[in-house]
Amino acid sequence: MTAIDLGLPQLGGLDGVPTTDEPQKAKEYKSDQEVRWCPGCGDYVVLNAVQSFLPSLGLKRENIVFVSGIGCSSRFPYYMNTYGVHSIHGRAPAIATGLAVTRPDLSVWVVTGDGDALSIGGNHLIHTLRRNVNLKILLFNNRIYGLTKGQYSPTSEEGKVTKSTPMGSLDHPFNPVSLALGAEGTFVARALDSDRKGLTEVLRQAAEHRGSALVEIYQNCPIFNDGAFDVLKEQGEAERRLIPLEHGKPIRFGAEGEFGVVRSGFGSLEVAKVADVGEDALVTHDAHTDDPSYAFALSRLSTQDLSHTVTGVFRSVRRATYDDTARAQVQQAQDAKPADLGKLLHGRETWTVA
Amino acid sequence: MSTSVEGGTGNGANPGPNGHRTEVTKLDRVVIRFAGDSGDGMQLTGDRFTSEAAAFGNDLATLPNFPAEIRAPQGTLPGVSSFQLHFADYDILTPGDRPDVLVAMNPAALKANVKDLPRGGTLIVNTDEFTKRNLTKVGYESNPLESHELEDYLVHEVAMATLTQGALADTGLGKKDAERCKNMFALGLLSWMYHRPTEGTERFLREKFAKKPDLAEANILAFRAGWNYGETTEAFASTFQVAPAKLPRGTYRQITGNTALAYGLIAASQQAKLPMLLGTYPITPASDILHELSKHKNFGITTFQAEDEIAGIAAALGASYGGRLGVTSTSGPGVALKSETIGLAVMTELPLVIIDVQRGGPSTGLPTKTEQADLLQAMYGRNGESPVPIVAPRSPADCFDAAVEAVRIALKYRTPVMLLSDGAIANGSEPWLIPDVEELPDLTVKFASAPNAMDGSDEFWPYVRDTETLAREWAIPGTPGLQHRIGGLEKADGAGNISYDPDNHDRMVRLRQSKVDGVDVARLAVDDPSGEARVLALGWGSSYGPIGAACRRVRKSGMKIAQAHLRHLNPFPANLGDVLRAYDTVVVPEMNLGQLSLLLRGRYLVDVRSYTKVAGLPFKAEELADVFTNVINDSEGTDSANEHQLAATEAHE
Ligand code: SF4
Repeated sequence: MTAIDLGLPQLGGLDGVPTTDEPQKAKEYKSDQEVRWCPGCGDYVVLNAVQSFLPSLGLKRENIVFVSGIGCSSRFPYYMNTYGVHSIHGRAPAIATGLAVTRPDLSVWVVTGDGDALSIGGNHLIHTLRRNVNLKILLFNNRIYGLTKGQYSPTSEEGKVTKSTPMGSLDHPFNPVSLALGAEGTFVARALDSDRKGLTEVLRQAAEHRGSALVEIYQNCPIFNDGAFDVLKEQGEAERRLIPLEHGKPIRFGAEGEFGVVRSGFGSLEVAKVADVGEDALVTHDAHTDDPSYAFALSRLSTQDLSHTVTGVFRSVRRATYDDTARAQVQQAQDAKPADLGKLLHGRETWTVA
Repeated sequence: MSTSVEGGTGNGANPGPNGHRTEVTKLDRVVIRFAGDSGDGMQLTGDRFTSEAAAFGNDLATLPNFPAEIRAPQGTLPGVSSFQLHFADYDILTPGDRPDVLVAMNPAALKANVKDLPRGGTLIVNTDEFTKRNLTKVGYESNPLESHELEDYLVHEVAMATLTQGALADTGLGKKDAERCKNMFALGLLSWMYHRPTEGTERFLREKFAKKPDLAEANILAFRAGWNYGETTEAFASTFQVAPAKLPRGTYRQITGNTALAYGLIAASQQAKLPMLLGTYPITPASDILHELSKHKNFGITTFQAEDEIAGIAAALGASYGGRLGVTSTSGPGVALKSETIGLAVMTELPLVIIDVQRGGPSTGLPTKTEQADLLQAMYGRNGESPVPIVAPRSPADCFDAAVEAVRIALKYRTPVMLLSDGAIANGSEPWLIPDVEELPDLTVKFASAPNAMDGSDEFWPYVRDTETLAREWAIPGTPGLQHRIGGLEKADGAGNISYDPDNHDRMVRLRQSKVDGVDVARLAVDDPSGEARVLALGWGSSYGPIGAACRRVRKSGMKIAQAHLRHLNPFPANLGDVLRAYDTVVVPEMNLGQLSLLLRGRYLVDVRSYTKVAGLPFKAEELADVFTNVINDSEGTDSANEHQLAATEAHE
């Protein structure tokens, strides 16, 4: 088989989506439906952040579509005054792929959860990421099954006692960022529901990325897994646990910036005290590193017990998207040969009965 | 083989170039079966002979039969691949029950097929493969060519490999490569025997091996060597002519079911002015639809080979939501995986076409064999009350019209539609009267463009319905002011917000059912030349051919039988109940255990006689003629018709 280089121009994530000069407000993005998440659910915060952020893109609201699967977070589209599909369990990335491929004038967002994206829909997620379809995927990770009332999820910690695991969960959990990078996702990021600023910044970069953007959002479920991420929010704890990434800056954290990330062993990274290693040893974050191994090494610094959690944009690289190239092939075929139905139906060998 | 002249004396004679005269016998129809090892190129040989017959203007029908394994162990029974071709000077309905001529390229092919050859049939054997080792491999203790085993047949022993190698001696091709061309030798010999035009095959070979001209020439040499062998040796007393068929006027081409189906989709997409997205996953015997559509991107077609069956249909549904023509293609196991998404399409009331090229089941079953056992899966294989219109083509060429019809229903009623083809018509081929593009139906749709809320607000309500079709409006993303949300949860009638209201759910379930029940479906036509038949043969899908051929036999024998064939399995034609009640007995042959019969009994409280078979192969006309004859006799309650039974099997099919 021969490989054909499609040599596509480099586009921005929103190129092709019609814009408007009318100023927009967050309110316009709220549908008239009553939001029905449990009081205190982290989903509210994310919904508000998204509704506040979208106006800044200046897109025509009718050209935005939210597609979700099944789970608490997947009710999201009902609350957005955009086009929306609340689909079936795990399949949102596949449905969104069909939409994105055929409609370059739409900004397509997928809302999913840890069960939806990583369990029942794991296959679609990794294939969407490897194809690099121009979709923005918001993965709400609460480390539990909420809608079905509290079974462990593929991101629950080992030994977790839930309704379905009274003696403790036996499953080894996924690190969603590692998984996405393993699938060579071109844009992979993480944010906390409580960090409005960090979340908004990640969403902005995701929207501008051409290709699949996976954003993992740590989201608290106060009903079935309350406080799962509390240590990342407590003053005194958060500073020494959270490792925020900023492109082009040395990776440094701690209340006084006393910790940093340095290289170690076979391409991996580790946390060190700046005082011990010196500032020059710190790794400068480069999200555009083409080799996903670097971002993967970063993702491994996040541990299930949250002793460290890396946030921000791990990886943001340019690669041709599936939808752009699929459309280019159709265009190429159309340019090469007019669509003549009569000719097609006749084929090459015919005979006539008089 | 029915001849128009008696015995072996032809009504014409042809002096060959070397002076010996070969009789020419006129026939009205012939069935040839090419059989060999999977690696012998029998499908290609059969295909080429089919093209020659088509180019000559015969009516024809074909039945490829090959193993699921790509290369089953060489020379074994499971490795046998065959291609049967029926061609005639009149309109025929089936690939033929049994071959008149069997070409056996090795002992395995002989063993697997000779039982189908009627006494007196012609057997052409490639003797080079009849070695002790090959014979033992398939359980022949002695060489059947040297015993009396084959004395009922007219046997031609031809050392095809040796002769081919001899013909190619000067080409510089290695022995092995030369031997590989023996299928073209066989084709050449048969082409001579049946006075077939040869230019098409030579042109085909030049194109197929355009990048390897030496192979092209070698194959052409082998092809000519086969022809010349027939002409110069005196082994063949007669050649045969089958005149062109007197088919309805028009321009024809040969087409397989899968190609016709792909073309139907392309035509429908053009007529609807909607670009198509095929979301699919490779599966036998449906993959050729993907292959075909992938070649025609210039018609605005996107083909998406997904990570699995579910993603294939999900992407198609996503495209439908975006205002495109979403199509997915698969076989039975794939439908099982797609069920949940079909349910979502039922709930969201979006157009979608699901193609199921049925194969033997359950589970992986018989991937390369045919069956009609997915009818109930198509009808009921989803959770909840989830009605879906079902359309089934009855022959390879009919796949074109069936595909256009499926798209028409999907678009008009905003519903997923099942198109039930099967392995026999998918790979089988026949002449196709090419339709006039100008006469294809207009399938254009109107997207919603304005708010439609029934409370007078300026909102868009997704579940406001057309009062006649009950279809909801199709408002596609990008339309200003019509932002709305749909999904798998039950929605309120009209406004379309999530609703758990018991009465609303009851209403919505009934509305979805009424919509499908109300699909405009043509009345069922009954073919009864006598107008006096008391027995009706009713079928659906690919059994049309054998049922029709069986009815011809029965009528030829002087008995009366009516035939009707269902294109629409859901909803049924409005007059179906009346048709069923108009006959004393309705006999329903199906390649399953009686799925249509179950539906008919349940729906109309009319008993039917179910005749079923699940052997992976189409019915034989002879077999069904016997069944019909027995049913007619039973229904008349006399034995007086018994004599007809024998006559029936001999009749003009
Ligand atoms: S169950 Fe948990 S995740 Fe679901 S809505 Fe309630 S709080 Fe939120």
